[in-house]
Order: sequence, then C-alpha cells, then structure tokens
Amino acid sequence: MTEEWLIKGVSIAGGPGAADIHLDGGEIVAVGAGIAAPTARVLDAQGLIALPGLVDLHAHLREPGSEDAETVETGTRAAALGGYTAVHAMANTEPVADTAGVVEQIWRLGQQAGYADVRPVGAVTVGRHGRQLAELGAMADSAAAVRVFSDDGDCVADPLLMRRALEYVKAFDGVIAQHAQEPRLTEGAQLNEGEVASRLGLPGWPAAAEEAIIARDCLLAAHTGSRLHVCHVSTAGSVEIVRWAKSKGWQVTAEVTPHHLLLTDDLAGGYDTVFKVNPPLRTRADVDALRQGLADGTIDCVATDHAPHPVEAKETEWAAAANGMTGLETALRVVQLAMVDTGLLDWAGVADRMSRRPAAIGRLPGHGQPVAPGSPASLTLYDAAAPAEAVDPAAHASKSRNSPFAGMALPGRVHATFLRGAATVLDGKVTR
Amino acid sequence: MNRHLISAADLSRDDAILILDTAAELASVAGRPIRKLPTLRGLTVVNCFYEDSTRTRTSFEAAAKRLSADVINFSAKGSSVAKGESLKDTALTLEAMGTDAVIIRHSASGAAHTLARWVTGSVVNAGDGTHEHPTQALLDAFTMRQRLVGDGERGRGMGLDGLRVTIVGDVLHSRVARSNVLLLSTLGAEVTVVAPPTLMPYAVESWPCKVSYDLDAELRKADVVMMLRVQQERMSAAYFPSIREYRRRYGLDTGRMALLPEHAIVMHPGPMNRGVEIAAEVADSPRSTIVAQVSNGVIVRMAVLYLLLGGAGEGAAA
Repeated sequence: MTEEWLIKGVSIAGGPGAADIHLDGGEIVAVGAGIAAPTARVLDAQGLIALPGLVDLHAHLREPGSEDAETVETGTRAAALGGYTAVHAMANTEPVADTAGVVEQIWRLGQQAGYADVRPVGAVTVGRHGRQLAELGAMADSAAAVRVFSDDGDCVADPLLMRRALEYVKAFDGVIAQHAQEPRLTEGAQLNEGEVASRLGLPGWPAAAEEAIIARDCLLAAHTGSRLHVCHVSTAGSVEIVRWAKSKGWQVTAEVTPHHLLLTDDLAGGYDTVFKVNPPLRTRADVDALRQGLADGTIDCVATDHAPHPVEAKETEWAAAANGMTGLETALRVVQLAMVDTGLLDWAGVADRMSRRPAAIGRLPGHGQPVAPGSPASLTLYDAAAPAEAVDPAAHASKSRNSPFAGMALPGRVHATFLRGAATVLDGKVTR
Repeated sequence: MNRHLISAADLSRDDAILILDTAAELASVAGRPIRKLPTLRGLTVVNCFYEDSTRTRTSFEAAAKRLSADVINFSAKGSSVAKGESLKDTALTLEAMGTDAVIIRHSASGAAHTLARWVTGSVVNAGDGTHEHPTQALLDAFTMRQRLVGDGERGRGMGLDGLRVTIVGDVLHSRVARSNVLLLSTLGAEVTVVAPPTLMPYAVESWPCKVSYDLDAELRKADVVMMLRVQQERMSAAYFPSIREYRRRYGLDTGRMALLPEHAIVMHPGPMNRGVEIAAEVADSPRSTIVAQVSNGVIVRMAVLYLLLGGAGEGAAA
C-alpha cells in the first residue's frame, strides 16, 4: 500500500530553512516551498527537523532464542519510535546467526514486522566460539545480503583468525565489526578499572584491554588492506588510536553508543545493575573524548548497542547480572543532549553520524541518503524543541525495561518516522 | 545511625564512637555470671550465609543470642539457594517470615546493598565479596582503642587519633582492608597499606590512606600492624611468584616483629595462614591481639545489633 504525504514547513537538517517535502510511491518526489499535492495527506511539520531515517549498526533484537527479552517485531517497533528505519541485528542469538539459514530467518522476520529494515549481522566464527570462520560468503550471498560480521559480545581475540576474517570479507566488500576486549585482561571484569570499581570491590575492566585490541586490529586492517569497524568505542585512548589509524588512511571506522556519550562509572556506586554494560561505563574524561571524537568525525557513527534483558537478568547481585542496556527509543534524544545542545554537532552532523555513515559502513542500499528528490522516502521528523521529559521505560515499546536513562529528563521527541513513504510512527506513536 | 550497616563509610565519627562506647559497656556485662541481656527479646535475626564462615556466623549468633533475640541460621548449603533461588526470592521469603535483621555474608560484592532494597528490616553486611566487612573493622578499632588508647571507661568517647596503622597483604581482594581504611581514617588514625603492587587496588591513591611497598620501613613507625590473609590461589593468577617470595617480602616473622616499636600490637582478622603471612611465633606472641579480636567481635556485634534494633524489642524497657 503506497502512501502519499505532504510534509509542510519542516526544516531539513543542514538545509537553508523551512520547506515542504512531497512523498509518493516510496520516494521523495519533491522538496521546496509551497508544493501543491492535492491528493496527499498533509502533515504540518512546522518546528520539526527532517533527518534521513536513522540507521543503527548495532542492536540486539534477541530473536531467535531470547524472545522473552525482545523479538524482531518489538525491537523494530522500538526502533521506529526512536526514528530508525534500518537496524543491524547482532549475531549473538540462539542459535547464533552464523549460517545463511539463520540470517535469512532474521531478515524475513524483519520484512514481516515492517517497522524498519532489519539487516542481520553474521557471526565471524562458528558459534561465536572464536575458533573457526563461519560461512561468511554464504551469509553474504543469502537473501539477507550480510555485509557486517561480528562476534559481538565476544572479541575475535585470536590474531590470526582476525587477520583471516578481515582478508576473507574483501571478496564481497564486507566489514569485520570487532568487539574489542582482550579476554585475559578482562577475566571476571565487572566495571571500569578505576576509583569506583576499587571502592566497590568489583574486579576492574582496564581501558588497555580495549585499546590493545583496537591497536592490533588497526595494524591488521592496514596490513591486509581490509575494512575494520570498531564497535562501541568507550575510552579516550581508543579514540586516539582510531584517530591515528585514520590519519594513516587506513580503512578503519568506529561507533560510540549513546550511553557512553552520557553516562559515567560513578552511577554504579549503588550497585544498580541497570548500569552494568559491556564495555563498561567509563569516566568523565572518556565521555568528553568520545564526544570530541564523534564531533570531529574520528568516530563515524552512533550505534545503540540496544541490549534488552528480562527483569530477572538484572534484579540480582552485580556480578551475576547481565551486561547491557536498551537504547533504541532514547538514542536521538541522548545525542541531542550530549552533542547538539552542547554545540558539538549540528543537525546535519547528526544526519551524517546517525544515518549516512552507518548506512555506508554497512553497505546498506536505500538508506542514509539525503532528504532530496529521488531519495527513498525514509525519514524521521524530530521535535528538538519538545520540553525535556523524564524517560519512563514502562512506556517503551521494547519488551525490556533496562533503560539506564529511566527518570532522566531528556530533550526532544521523535514525531514521525517514514519507511519508504509509509508512516511507521505518527505523533510519537506507532501507526499500527 | 542508618538503618543498615553495609559499608564503614555509612558511619560518621560519632556513630563509630557510639558503637565502640556501647561495646565497652557490654563488655562489662560479658564478665558477669549471667551474660544474657533481654534487650532484643521477641526480635528475629537471620544469619544469611551464602559463603562458609563458621567464625563470623557463630560470632553474630552469639551476639544476637546474648541480647535474647531469636536467631535463624540460613545457610546456602542445603537450602533452596543451592537449587538456584535468586537473592531476591530468598529476601522475599525472609521478609514474609518476619525478620527484624538480616546478617548477610555473600561472595558477590554489593550483595548486602542489593538485599537492602528488598527487606524492611536492618541489613548488616557480614562480608560481601571483595567489598566490605564493616563489623570486622569495628572490632579491630575496638581492639586498638582498648589496647592503645584506653580500656573501658578510660577510652569512652575517644577515637583513634594519630594512631599509625599499617595494613599488610592482599589489599586488592580484602574486604577487611576496605572497611578498615574507611573506618580507621574516620576515627582519626593514619593508615598505610602495604602490598606488592599487583595486590594494590587500582586508583588506591584515592583512598584515605598512604601507600607503600616497603614493609620494613613502615614497621618501624607503626602502632598497629594488621596482617591480611593471602590466598595461595592468587599465585596462579600471577599476583606473585611463590609463597616463599611472598613470605620473604611481606610476611611478618620474628625478625620483622623486632622492628616494631615496643608498644605496637599485631592483628590478624583470621583465619591465619601460619608460616605464610604470619609466623607462628608472632601469632602466639604477647603482641598479638588475635584472640582478643575474636572475643571483641561478639561484643562489637552485640553493640551493632543493639543500636540498629535497640528499643524495638519487648525487653527494651527491662
């Protein structure tokens, strides 16, 4: 069913001023002042910002295997409400997304749900065990057309295996998205190694464990001429290393999560497990370096690492609690607070870091394109002037409630999301 | 005072001195033929031990019983905990049975903190992972005050101002060290921690204590030296090369004991590894307060329970 829309008086991120956008047949057919479209549904968008539909390179949709935490349907509904039109689904499902069969299943579940395009991430190694390459080519050639491969949750720690993976995916322009965590340096690790962890008696998670792997992998990417993407960069040192690798012209990209742009390890002072995450929350100095890195483009994009968990996985002793926090429904608001309201990034920059670049890294067709005639009509209308409102996880479309932003006042509101011309969200609510 | 005792940081100087003074009063009762007080009659105290510790459990049990509380021992072994019941469900069960205080020992740092969210009674942390063990610090402070500041009435109202305390050993994994550093500094003592650098917590410079790797230098100026238990399994994780080398560099033998000033005392929270961190001759010497620490443990825990629950029992007016 195709929809025809006339979005009136919107300011396009990076554009000169208010304009109308005419959507028809799944495409943007016209952009300009005073467009006449008598058969179109009209959406008065004065005061709203139009962004290309957001693209998440890193989300855990939990299906198959952990449908108590999230399903592709609930996860993509959450994504649409957060302004996303495409989501990469991480491979740590049960069974692991390490074959063409599993990735096609996830891709189809996304098609059926219809709230956002779901692009499965394939596991690098069989079972994510870090011993043998998974059939990366078969996943690439499948209907799911996988281009991003990751053992996320675990690091591809074996340097030879990592080298081979980086080389192998060149044949189909794939990218290895590394979860950078040196396993020996993080045995039993619970919280950023620093003042807070020492006081709480929790085994420390040193920044060097992340940075050592990133440095190694940058060298391997350079040596093989391959594409490396670094997942959820969390330390100031990691930003420095990526900046250095980019200065050499190596094909290294990186992402940062909304929570690492805003939250610090001292929040764990009361052992509240909602703040337990991998990589861990770091210090204020790290947060500042991450923001700077995202602003200057060293870090290419924001990726949510949306990691839903059922209540019982978090309502426990710290050491027994699951890592991870939800993020799809709050990402854009957090980015506004951390990056836009601080003057570090303008809305064109947000469009670049949350849509254009992640789509480019994932080689995702039909996303991340400018809000201009001829582009697919996938876009997000955002009300940045909406008064800051406390986050209520109970109101989230995600099945899980483990939002670290619960009770925090975040600015802004996603007003509407369009996926190829069809509204998935209107007035902040899913359309079906 | 707070309703719970979870961290030594929960205690102000006045709180800590009140506990020590109360303990000193209770100590005089301990000398009487009938040592039982009716204060907590009708109240229920649960010893919830997820980790084996006969010493600490019996100490708390004796303390609660001498105050006439009903004591339930809930140990992880043979209970539903072994069947995978969550801490929350255990808490709700204890809550439903009507408990006035839960004394918890757990292998996870923060377990006492977490439990306190789910129960209405008082929570006393009897050791949580590598976090804290505040009643151990209180009994240590009590012992120091008794021996070096003033016993009984003479110590009343006094802290540990200016006392130089050296804590030696596996500071990184020690809940005893964490609680002692916080409490002793609150009471005015000058604390120094000594350990091989591998067993020193990261960012230890943010703690209210001094840091040294040189035991001999510290011993010469110490009023108190507190030896921590070192676990042999730390060796396999490359914290130090061998027990022999550890003993040579950080063990307290008679030669090292001779470096201590005349009045200085030697403490150990137990259980000891004789011949590792402490030589048998040192443990059994007159400087050693190790046995006194155990008896003071009961008295200090009585004081804690009395102050947290006092006034609530049927026997309070008696």
